[in-house]
Amino acid sequence: MKRFGALLLFPLAGLLSGCDMVVLAPAGDVAAQQRDLLVVSTLLMLVIIVPVMALTVFFAWRYRQSNASATYTPDWDHSTKLELVIWAAPLLIIICLGALTWLGTHLLDPYRRIDRIEPGQPVTQLHKPLRVEVVALDWKWLFIYPDYGIAAVNELAAPVNQPIDFRITSSAVMNSFYIPALAGQIYAMPAMETKLHAVINRPGTYSGFSANYSGSGFSGMRFAFHGLSDQAFDQWVAQARTASAALSRDSYLELEKPSENEPVRHYASVDPDLYGAILNLCVERGKMCMNEMMSIDAKGGLGLAGIRNTLPLQYDKLARRGVFGNDPSYVASICTAEEAAAAARAAGDATSTDWRAKNLSPLRGAGLLKPGTESRRAEADTSSLGLLRREL
Amino acid sequence: MPDSLTKFIFGRLTWESLPLHEPIVVATFVAVALGGIALLGVITYFKLWGYLWREWFTSVDHKKIGIMYMVLGLVMLLRGFSDAVMMRLQQAIAFNGSEGYLNSHHYDQIFTAHGVIMIFFVAMPFVTGLMNFVVPLQIGARDVSFPFLNNFSFWMTVGGAILVMASLFVGEFARTGWLAYPPLSGIGYSPDVGVDYYIWALQVAGVGTTLSGINLICTIIKMRAPGMTMMRMPVFTWTSLCTNVLIVASFPVLTAVLSLLALDRYVGTNFFTNDFGGNPMMYVNLIWIWGHPEVYILILPLFGVFSEVTSTFSGKRLFGYTSMVYATVVITILSYLVWLHHFFTMGSGASVNSFFGITTMIISIPTGAKIFNWLFTMYRGRIRFELPMMWTVAFMLTFVVGGMTGVLLAVPPADFVLHNSLFLIAHFHNVIIGGVLFGLFAGIAYWWPKAFGFKLDPFWGKVSFWCWVAGFWFAFTPLYILGLMGVTRRMRVFDDPSLQIWFVIAAFGAVLIACGIAAFLIQIFVSIRRREALADPTGDPWDGRTLEWSTSSPPPAYNFAFTPIVRDNDAWFDMKKAGYIRPLSGFKPIHMPSNTGTGVILAAFSVALGFGLIWYIWWLAALSFVCLIATAIGHTFNYHRDFHIPAAVVAETEEARTTLLVAQG
Repeated sequence: MKRFGALLLFPLAGLLSGCDMVVLAPAGDVAAQQRDLLVVSTLLMLVIIVPVMALTVFFAWRYRQSNASATYTPDWDHSTKLELVIWAAPLLIIICLGALTWLGTHLLDPYRRIDRIEPGQPVTQLHKPLRVEVVALDWKWLFIYPDYGIAAVNELAAPVNQPIDFRITSSAVMNSFYIPALAGQIYAMPAMETKLHAVINRPGTYSGFSANYSGSGFSGMRFAFHGLSDQAFDQWVAQARTASAALSRDSYLELEKPSENEPVRHYASVDPDLYGAILNLCVERGKMCMNEMMSIDAKGGLGLAGIRNTLPLQYDKLARRGVFGNDPSYVASICTAEEAAAAARAAGDATSTDWRAKNLSPLRGAGLLKPGTESRRAEADTSSLGLLRREL
Repeated sequence: MPDSLTKFIFGRLTWESLPLHEPIVVATFVAVALGGIALLGVITYFKLWGYLWREWFTSVDHKKIGIMYMVLGLVMLLRGFSDAVMMRLQQAIAFNGSEGYLNSHHYDQIFTAHGVIMIFFVAMPFVTGLMNFVVPLQIGARDVSFPFLNNFSFWMTVGGAILVMASLFVGEFARTGWLAYPPLSGIGYSPDVGVDYYIWALQVAGVGTTLSGINLICTIIKMRAPGMTMMRMPVFTWTSLCTNVLIVASFPVLTAVLSLLALDRYVGTNFFTNDFGGNPMMYVNLIWIWGHPEVYILILPLFGVFSEVTSTFSGKRLFGYTSMVYATVVITILSYLVWLHHFFTMGSGASVNSFFGITTMIISIPTGAKIFNWLFTMYRGRIRFELPMMWTVAFMLTFVVGGMTGVLLAVPPADFVLHNSLFLIAHFHNVIIGGVLFGLFAGIAYWWPKAFGFKLDPFWGKVSFWCWVAGFWFAFTPLYILGLMGVTRRMRVFDDPSLQIWFVIAAFGAVLIACGIAAFLIQIFVSIRRREALADPTGDPWDGRTLEWSTSSPPPAYNFAFTPIVRDNDAWFDMKKAGYIRPLSGFKPIHMPSNTGTGVILAAFSVALGFGLIWYIWWLAALSFVCLIATAIGHTFNYHRDFHIPAAVVAETEEARTTLLVAQG
């Protein structure tokens, strides 16, 4: 078997030289540092793995039953010195590796701004980071460039040797944002934001994809990442600006619907609030945003009456996927800070009698009802209610 | 029939639920149905139903339950492996614009089912079966502490397996990956029955696993033969004890997290939804707080097997018994402190990531010490390369590579580039196949003569061994390479044609493994045919060192006519050395537990309950729940729980063995 394996090595080496080990030869400095750590750790471990494998084969051969010349000590089962060695040797390796890990993890924390473009070239004030907001959709990627007011689907471009700040979220389920040539991956999760800082050092086209299974269109969730020179990047931006489409909340909601193997698409302009709205699950107009709800909750919530307000806020939309038909979903919003504060006060005073509830004009759908309303459904059908708040 | 009535009776089960439009599934169903009918026909023709029911299904004998667990594991291995072959084939052909032969609806179920089945219904039954069979024999006990519970546990595991198998033909299985991360597994994104099958299959099987864990802990703590102090327990018993402690401490977490997911799906709570304060990250944490100990639940008993095998076949005492025991205990404790390494990429801070990375690396220290202990057990031994020892050496050479890539993945920055890649897949198959499966084959070859009284045929065993070992490397080396090429897991189609060759090699590896499985089945068949030639009347075919080899093969129902007295680690070896003479008279009646069918009935009601919940057939769920409780209460009024084997019968059995031994010389 072993001889057989040696013979196999030749074609294997041929095959290996033919393939593109992007993880071992990346084009971005962050990925290159991660690669270095990978290689150093492997070598460090081989220090102990190789002797163990060699000893296994050697002992198995040397002490085979048919070899009567080998020493046989059936009752020998302890040696303090040996025990010390077999615990200490792995321990030493792990101490080295642990130190490397601690340093490497902190240096290569994806949330940390990069401090060098490549070895020997620190990031200076002249390097203005390119900001990119990444949204994992079912099943495509949306890249928003807030500094340029443009967006692209399934295509990402960045100038070489310029720090890139990614802000990453997802529209529905978990994905993982990964461009092996650029930097390690980080999860994209709905209603949450993750960050990644990276830089691309060599121009070229690299592949990016989702590295976390996200449903039926997962395999096609791939995009091209272009590392471009400054001029080429400016051209790319200019070309995107000539696109006819604009990314508004409405066109986003259309885009967000599940679809597979989407072609590359550019948007000449982007609603500046869109990313925040996606992150806070409130792209539909009139819907309460997560951060609004959380700030209300942080101030003590709306009390019992507020529970009614949350009932129609469902985000994980079955209707959107055409599963249970188009059951209407109702949303309500507390749009401004004063309104939120007022609502909180109203809730706080709900037990006192010196306040009168007032129906505001409907926003879109039904929200909070008057306390004591018997049938929520009946009420919602007849007249849509907006926010209920105390007369100021 | 009015619509509402249909809906009441059948819930959401309709004709459309049957996957008649999937030709592959239909063909499988026809094959399974024909095979099943043939099997039932044979059982009926030979009038085996009464025998099976009395002697096996209702048996509370730990040895028979252990064997039934192994049979379950083997049957499910065939299913799980079919899934693996289908995936390998799909990935080998889905290039250059080809969609392969599986659509995403089918493919996504297959990789989910493969993972779930291999972990919960192959590895777990195999491991539990081995512990069930061996542990009481090794500690000189006559059965486990709670024999009825043991039977019930087994049938609950079968119940879970039945639900998973049902999902193949009625409805569908989850399309979420084997850990069913929300929000994808929430009702909003997986409204079909797949995730419900997943939840209830695991809940039903989980009851069995947890109870069996409690049972074995109690057995090991309370039922050891006199003189067997903790530090004289055989290493396999030690690793079993640690495994069962892990089971008892971690499976409730799984039960809890799946219950929360079920609440989200059934009653609209928001534990793991995107909105209303739900947090999917909590699920990911909770499931891995179970999930990481789970991998040690699988591997620890096999570490025990390797210890027994190395010591026996090297003809030597185990080197460093004490440090082996401490290493096991350290691994047990540390396995709770590493779960976060499964999701470094979820955005924890650098300090948290490095803490969990370093704790993970620390586990490799006791594991490394174990490897060295086996190595120095071989040192200055007289190694007999029988099958179990071959598997052990293959394990040592394979597992260290898997261990190394595991430590590599524990370095968070390295994990960022390899997480969820095929490198990860290669890593965990490297430790699970190279560790758990090789260990199981070693264990099966080692204890088979104890269970059946004849050895396994070595020729087919060697064929199986070489197919498995070569097949493993052919199947998973390409995956390591593909991982370094940045290829991620669970992909159904590929753009880059240069990857194809690697998937073809991996598929070839899978074919070799298929030959290995076939050779294993042939080995069993041939061994049964040649049982006369392979017979071992001594009960101690390998010159064993632990107590199970002191009794006959197969052991009598009561295991030991007299409870052995232990004076040393390798109790049986010590007895042999001291010139132990089998007592031939003075037998006393032996108190034994009675068989009962309650376990089968309770598990059947649990399956019905699960099925009712999965399909929203509420009357069925309610009815079976009531029946379940009623049967459980009813069982408490069963006073025919035990009997005595008369001294005359014991004397007769032992006499028969004496005759055999004398004939042997």
